[in-house]
Amino acid sequence: MEIQKIHIQNDPWFALRRFTQARIALGKTGVCIPVHENLQFKMAHAFARDAVYTKLDKDILVKGFGNFDLPFLLLHSRACDRKEYLQRPDWGRRLNDASVEILLKERNSVAYDICINIADGLSATAVNHHSIPLLQQLLPLINSNNFSIAPICLIEQARVAISDETGNLLKAKISMIILGERPGLSSADSLGVYLTYMPAIGNTDESRNCISNIRTEGLAYKTAAEKIVYLIKESMRLKISGIQLKDSNRLT
Amino acid sequence: MEERQLLKVASIYFSILGFTMYKHTVKNTRYAFNDLKTLMAKATPFRSGDALANLCADRYEERVAAQMCLADLPLKTFLSEMVIPYESDEISRLIIDTHDAGSFSAIASFTVGMLRDWLLSDAATTSSIQELKYAFTPEMIAGVSKIMRNQDLVLAAQKCEVVTKFRNTIGLKGRFSSRLQPNHPTDDLKGIAASIIDGLMYASGDAVIGINPATDNPATIYDLLQMLDSFIDKFSIPTQSCVLCHLTTTMQLMQQNAPVDLVFQSIGGTEKTNKSFGINLSLINEAYQAGLALQRGTVGNNFMYFETGQGSSLSANANDAVDQQTCEVRAYAVARHFDPHLVNSVVGFIGPEYLYDGKQIIRAALEDHFCAKLLGLPMGMDICYTNHAEADQDDMDNLLLLMGVAGCNFIMGVPGADDIMLNYQSTSFHDTLYIRKVLGLKPAPEFESWLIQQEMMDDDGKQIAVSSNHPLLKYAL
Repeated sequence: MEIQKIHIQNDPWFALRRFTQARIALGKTGVCIPVHENLQFKMAHAFARDAVYTKLDKDILVKGFGNFDLPFLLLHSRACDRKEYLQRPDWGRRLNDASVEILLKERNSVAYDICINIADGLSATAVNHHSIPLLQQLLPLINSNNFSIAPICLIEQARVAISDETGNLLKAKISMIILGERPGLSSADSLGVYLTYMPAIGNTDESRNCISNIRTEGLAYKTAAEKIVYLIKESMRLKISGIQLKDSNRLT
Repeated sequence: MEERQLLKVASIYFSILGFTMYKHTVKNTRYAFNDLKTLMAKATPFRSGDALANLCADRYEERVAAQMCLADLPLKTFLSEMVIPYESDEISRLIIDTHDAGSFSAIASFTVGMLRDWLLSDAATTSSIQELKYAFTPEMIAGVSKIMRNQDLVLAAQKCEVVTKFRNTIGLKGRFSSRLQPNHPTDDLKGIAASIIDGLMYASGDAVIGINPATDNPATIYDLLQMLDSFIDKFSIPTQSCVLCHLTTTMQLMQQNAPVDLVFQSIGGTEKTNKSFGINLSLINEAYQAGLALQRGTVGNNFMYFETGQGSSLSANANDAVDQQTCEVRAYAVARHFDPHLVNSVVGFIGPEYLYDGKQIIRAALEDHFCAKLLGLPMGMDICYTNHAEADQDDMDNLLLLMGVAGCNFIMGVPGADDIMLNYQSTSFHDTLYIRKVLGLKPAPEFESWLIQQEMMDDDGKQIAVSSNHPLLKYAL
């Protein structure tokens, strides 16, 4: 009996790969994904698994804030570590007692327009890579519109809704949180931004606007910053945020 | 109504006297459950979300005691005691108001345990189960699922056949369909088109070509709808399109005459959950009426598409101390009210705080599929996991096989199982080919004919290698 080796043929539409990062034109043996592509997938999953467990690089971030001449506060959620964070989202949505103390001391009689929060979320890798370059684009736009900015809150083991508590304590009209999204296989470092008008504990998702996929191969820093400022301006003008506030700057 | 009020009074009376409504004794330990929702929660196979909500049984023994108690519970109880009161939740009202007392009379003397045994018996057939569609309430079916083993959930679901039609026929026995999910992180039209070509070449896309857009920007979504419509039209593909944006955005686009095939919305099983999604029954009905007027189907007009998933109510702080699986099944009451073309649970998408690992995801998917089918829904499954869950592709392979055997209507088809926009892993186009091959299943009939006509598949369902001269490729390249 003679047994032939299987030569995996490139799919005739292989050239379409230039249009997307998606895993298209993988070829097949029988109906199955060929071995090389299969192991590439497993390696990507290994990267993503590891990204979930990275930590915020506070040194680099704090140095970055220094360049913007903005005060910042180091805060922590009620989740002590990653394991607690993954199992207890409720703890990730609230500040620990020490952090509340810090904010109460910081709180003054003047209300701010915008509270900017930066948090690890599910990929500190994303925050370590992209938050400073995003702020570089964003802060000049915010300043040119004369919005006042509260001290930046850098928060560990935090989820989106923690911005309700920080924004509320600092008396900000809009609370905005920049954090690492759930890592994907081809994007372990994707950044998301959520905006909430009149932040208050207990707000749900329908009261927020979201801009996602901010990373090198996704939404560019400049475009993201423009979208954010557009939403801030509309939110301030209409005194709302969430699903009633459509991102309709392309509609005439 | 009167019986319900009577039982409510009795319940208050007993609780004042220190009695509880639901009790079970194991050796010398007496387990008491204060109300139906507590009994249901304690009887639920363990999952992280119920622990997070502080609703789960403390010990294995308490869980099985609750299951024994539940097995002896008359089905009638579910009509007299709602897990969320009739007065305070519109889904509870929908469930009671659409209950069919006539067909229920055939099983009115059943307990939950008797229903389980009947479902598994030869007496329960495709048609007899179908006739009970509105005799069953979501809570009854959630209850029975809690005392069923994984193999029970497969066997009973396999008896069901829920067929829906738009431009093709989905859900026939012996058929297995796939939603082509060509997502792109910036909604790039060429990037999305490349994934669509890939999926069609691998015989996916009969359930729907459905894009999750990266933004909810109406102008972007309009462009995506136009692209899908002209593509489906150009190649006369017997399938339907969908851009899975918020219902209010789709309604706005329908008003602007955008080519909307399927109308999508994520739904939950409590009024408060749906409020957190920015919807309610009256809004869904408004969208349904708008979609009905379009008449874009050719072989039928099931045009709603709903996604659900255990944990969404707790995630929105809207679970009212009801366990996550019971909340999930209540969402199916919402779905079936609008005769959908497609429904699927996004089972592993929500994350490890609700379904921690492969074992919990697999169990939940079997429950969701079984419960939806019993309630008459055209159920598919997004067989998936995220990178922070304790699961991998081997768990999904196991679940895919279980879903195929259970008669699931459709799964997702994502290039290489890697969704580069939503950042999670689902099933690949290859997975659909695999499950059709190992179980001898075929695509939807109209889509199968199209694949044969396009010389992409032979009469036996085997893929035919195409050349770069194929019309679809000439168009794309």
